[in-house]
Amino acid sequence: MLRLEKRPQPSKFWNWATPVLAVVLTMIAGGLLFMALGKDPFAAIKMIFWDPLFSPQFAAYSRPQLLVKAGPLILIAVGLAVGFRAGIWNIGAEGQYIIGALCGAAVALWFWPAPGWYIFPLMVLAGAFGGWAWAMIPAILKTRFNTNEILVSLLLVYVAEKILAAMSVGRMRNPDGAGFPGSRNISQYPAASNQELIANTGMHWGVVAAFIAVIFTYIMLHRHILGFQVQLAGQAPRAARFAGVAPARLIVLCLGFSGAMAGLAGMFEVSGPARMISIDFNSYYGFTAIIVAFLGRLHPVGIVLAGLLMALTYIGGELAQFMLGLPSAAIQVFQGMLLFFLLAVDVLSNYRIRLSVREAV
Amino acid sequence: MDFSSINPVVLMAALMVAATPILLAAIGELVVEKAGVLNLGVEGMMITGAVVGFAVAVTTRNPYLGMLAAMGGGAAMSLVFGILTQLLKANQVASGLALTLFGLGFSALVGQGYVGISPPRTAKLNFGFLSDLPVIGPILFRHDPMVYASIAIVAGVWYWLNYTRGGRILRAVGENHDAAHALGYRVLRVRMLAIMFGGACAGMGGAYLSLIRVPQWTEGMTAGAGWIALALVVFASWRPWRALLGAYLFGGIVVLQLNLQAAGFRIPVEYLAMSPYLITILVLVIMSSGRARKSLAAPGSLTKPFHAAG
Amino acid sequence: MTEPLLAIEGLTKSYPGVVANSDVTFEIGKGEVHALLGENGAGKSTLVKAIYGLIRPDAGHMLWRGQPYAPAAPQQARAAGVAMVFQHFSLFEALDVAENVALGMDNPPPIRTLAARIREVSNAYGLPLDPGRLVGDLSAGERQRVEITRCLLQDPHLLIMDEPTSVLTPQEVEILFRTLRQLRSEGRSILYISHKLEEIRALCENATVLRLGKVVGRCDPREKSARALAEMMVGTKLHQPERAAHKPGQVLLEVKALDLRAPSAFGTSLKEVSLQVQAGEILGIGGVAGNGQDELLGALSGELRTRPGAVSFKGATVGHFGPTARRALGLLCAPEERLGHAAAPDMSLTENALLTGAWREKLVKNGFINARRARAFAESIIKRFDVRTPGPHVAARALSGGNLQKFVIGREIMQRPEVLVVNQPTWGVDASAAAAIRQALMDLAQGGAAVVVISQDLDEILEVADTFAALNGGRLSAKRPVQGLTMEAIGLLLGGAEGDSDAAA
Repeated sequence: MLRLEKRPQPSKFWNWATPVLAVVLTMIAGGLLFMALGKDPFAAIKMIFWDPLFSPQFAAYSRPQLLVKAGPLILIAVGLAVGFRAGIWNIGAEGQYIIGALCGAAVALWFWPAPGWYIFPLMVLAGAFGGWAWAMIPAILKTRFNTNEILVSLLLVYVAEKILAAMSVGRMRNPDGAGFPGSRNISQYPAASNQELIANTGMHWGVVAAFIAVIFTYIMLHRHILGFQVQLAGQAPRAARFAGVAPARLIVLCLGFSGAMAGLAGMFEVSGPARMISIDFNSYYGFTAIIVAFLGRLHPVGIVLAGLLMALTYIGGELAQFMLGLPSAAIQVFQGMLLFFLLAVDVLSNYRIRLSVREAV
Repeated sequence: MDFSSINPVVLMAALMVAATPILLAAIGELVVEKAGVLNLGVEGMMITGAVVGFAVAVTTRNPYLGMLAAMGGGAAMSLVFGILTQLLKANQVASGLALTLFGLGFSALVGQGYVGISPPRTAKLNFGFLSDLPVIGPILFRHDPMVYASIAIVAGVWYWLNYTRGGRILRAVGENHDAAHALGYRVLRVRMLAIMFGGACAGMGGAYLSLIRVPQWTEGMTAGAGWIALALVVFASWRPWRALLGAYLFGGIVVLQLNLQAAGFRIPVEYLAMSPYLITILVLVIMSSGRARKSLAAPGSLTKPFHAAG
Repeated sequence: MTEPLLAIEGLTKSYPGVVANSDVTFEIGKGEVHALLGENGAGKSTLVKAIYGLIRPDAGHMLWRGQPYAPAAPQQARAAGVAMVFQHFSLFEALDVAENVALGMDNPPPIRTLAARIREVSNAYGLPLDPGRLVGDLSAGERQRVEITRCLLQDPHLLIMDEPTSVLTPQEVEILFRTLRQLRSEGRSILYISHKLEEIRALCENATVLRLGKVVGRCDPREKSARALAEMMVGTKLHQPERAAHKPGQVLLEVKALDLRAPSAFGTSLKEVSLQVQAGEILGIGGVAGNGQDELLGALSGELRTRPGAVSFKGATVGHFGPTARRALGLLCAPEERLGHAAAPDMSLTENALLTGAWREKLVKNGFINARRARAFAESIIKRFDVRTPGPHVAARALSGGNLQKFVIGREIMQRPEVLVVNQPTWGVDASAAAAIRQALMDLAQGGAAVVVISQDLDEILEVADTFAALNGGRLSAKRPVQGLTMEAIGLLLGGAEGDSDAAA
């Protein structure tokens, strides 16, 4: 009979080995899934994980995409990780992402078509502010009225989606667009566009921002007393209060930070890869980033790796969709399974599995 | 704008139909939370139920088999959640989210071949002269059987929780799992069963959406209904009849909002469409603030993992 | 001699890293009150869990009236006639008394019938109860009545009581003893677990002494002195803490008419609490659990804010200060709950040292953590307070209760507090650690600090404190010198009687 036995302290080895194990298990289960869909599992797995990077046929296009996709995922996930560590569950990053994009786009469209070096920086500020403000709603409701931040932040995603829809057919619609929904093309407006910084690398300002955020968060979490307080509040809320951590301050801080990061990600997206505000502008980065945050063990460096891996599944998934006819939803299932397996094998870092042989009674 | 097109009788009748999916999901989640477990995966279980129920109903041409299959699908999803959180001690919040993310993808995958198809019709019940009563008849007595089934489930849960030994044990487990264990109750078994009941109810709620309320399969069709059901449990303060009341109030808002859209009310459609979410948030705020808080009888062990030493 | 009710032979149970019970053998006769005596961690709880079917022993067997007895679950134990009153009650606060009783029975009658039976039985044994009340609203003493009544309704042959008096006032203990003697006269057996020697001498006719999981002695406790029993239990001569008489100094901590709403639904609100502690003084605050101890500690530590003037430190008002600001001044605290309140279970000792020592010990500069200093601080606590652990990298939850408590108290004392408030400083701690902690508190006061010891252990207060005040229902009595205070007087204070006049209360 298998029995769980709590470890006296969490295993450092398994803490880092579990994500790898989860990825391997997901590949196996994913392969079975692809087989069930009538595809060659090995070809599909190779197409998802190998070809985008190394196939001579696809790599030239796919490789830059890696940073384009990983950038927003990492940016959002790093913000979320801080809150998750503190036990503050902002799961509405998708909404903050949308609002950040809307705010950034609003600045661009306001100035259009004037030139000016200050326009893009203003958009960055607006994007961060938009995400921050949207996250402040659950934060303030939580601190003032003790309202559950999980439900509020999530419900606000749907509200943000409706606002997005209203904007793309309403106030932000391109007046020269022949009545089609969607705003002007921001990426073609020089003063506001988030261009590729180094040709054919996918490197844009959003990626730069993501790496700055990673470094900043790393220092904050691992060297600064604030990071200690975040960790403490998440692990032992009563001890945190005893240590002098004000819960309300922490909630405002964590939700605000993750909101601002998500807003930034949205802003960089709309002015770059996504090009404009449209009804289907959002692409579930806000939710996928939750998986990225967990897969990266809520650690900034881990999140970078997890973000790149998840970006790979997006790109490889598109490739497999195009080449093998693998349904796009299969990749979503694949990503969901990854989180399942991760949570399942996580038991190894806190418990020992013992095979107990019961003597004859 | 033409308010005269809004018929209060039709509106009241539609309210019960609009409320049923979230009522089903909420009553299931209520039992889960009473057992001390928070399953945030309601949305994922609902949408799984919606697609599984739809597929089976279309294949067999029988909506009730579809409902049964949906219950099975929801329960199977919740079983995954149960294994993760109860046996493998995974974080409940993260596991619930995983369930939702997985469910959305899984349903999209399964539902690919079912877009644009009409499901078999579910007959409305006829209560004879009751159904013929003016006003009351169309509002109360001309619905499909699931509307009445959902009310029966609420009544059953209420009776079971408060007046039976099983219900008492479930509440005890949710209130203080260490004490329940010390008295010899199987905490994990009770919780697993509760989780699966919640999954089955959520699955049924999802199938009600795809088979009766809409009735059609579209990707992501639950559109937050699972989250609203979670909020409803808080609104209900973990009391079954209040969940019913909350669901019907909410159904009323949804229906009114749809009617206003149809009547060409001057506010853009998108703003009307966000009203259910905003109202849900507002209700959450009212329920969790100030004096109302004391009456919030949240189960004592909610979200706490249980590991028996020895 | 007749056949024993329960015979335990060679019972052994081990957990990873510890042998909780090793070859334990003893017998309980019919109508006998048998004491199981031992320190915290001696293996008493493991043993009774085996008897009650909560755990399975690794080896050994039990005989119940001569028949093999190996309960796989509490239900089987109850069916045989074993009932148990738990130390940490197995009650459900949000359920009423009758429902709680029903949950502890295997075939409960309908609730209404049961309610009548509860009234009847609880009155017959002098423990009156109202079956319709929510358990969350009951006092600790009343909760115990619920547990006992639940057991009695099943007509048990053997009643196990795990540290039953730790939550009772001396008067309530008297009532309990009357009930237990009544049960014995009915021919029921009682297994009475305690580390309180006077109680055992007053109640039990046989005692089995456990130490580190082994039986180290058997005796008739009525024939032994408390001291002799204590030495059997601990295994060495007990070191009695010593100190000189205290010389009153400046008032360091003052609380004036403090009113505080309880933060939780089943908490206790503080009502007009006033106290003064001087330099060099140890004030002992006694009281049964749940009378406002946690709230009082919270109000003093700054976790719960009060009106500015309600708490003052050296004459300056600090009621509106948070924990960090109060610590900076020199007002330090150590709460009761070690894991989760005083320390974070999954964090290392270094991180736990940082938890309260960050600013006072300058472990943080410009907000950045000086990891080396933090580690050195943790090491110095470990060294000075003899904390048994491989090193400061170990997680707090891996330490035994006594060692973690030494670390927690040591962490505060090492920060040279001018006022130190501790709640249950030796709860669940072995005797040698308890003695070390008490000695450290007395040394601290000797050095000129004011110390407040909130404790439910009256012996502890009598041992360390200079002055005594009782906390009852959120009200604090006026303080009196410990010298010349009798147990009876203390009991009356704990029961809420201020003067000697209404002794009948």
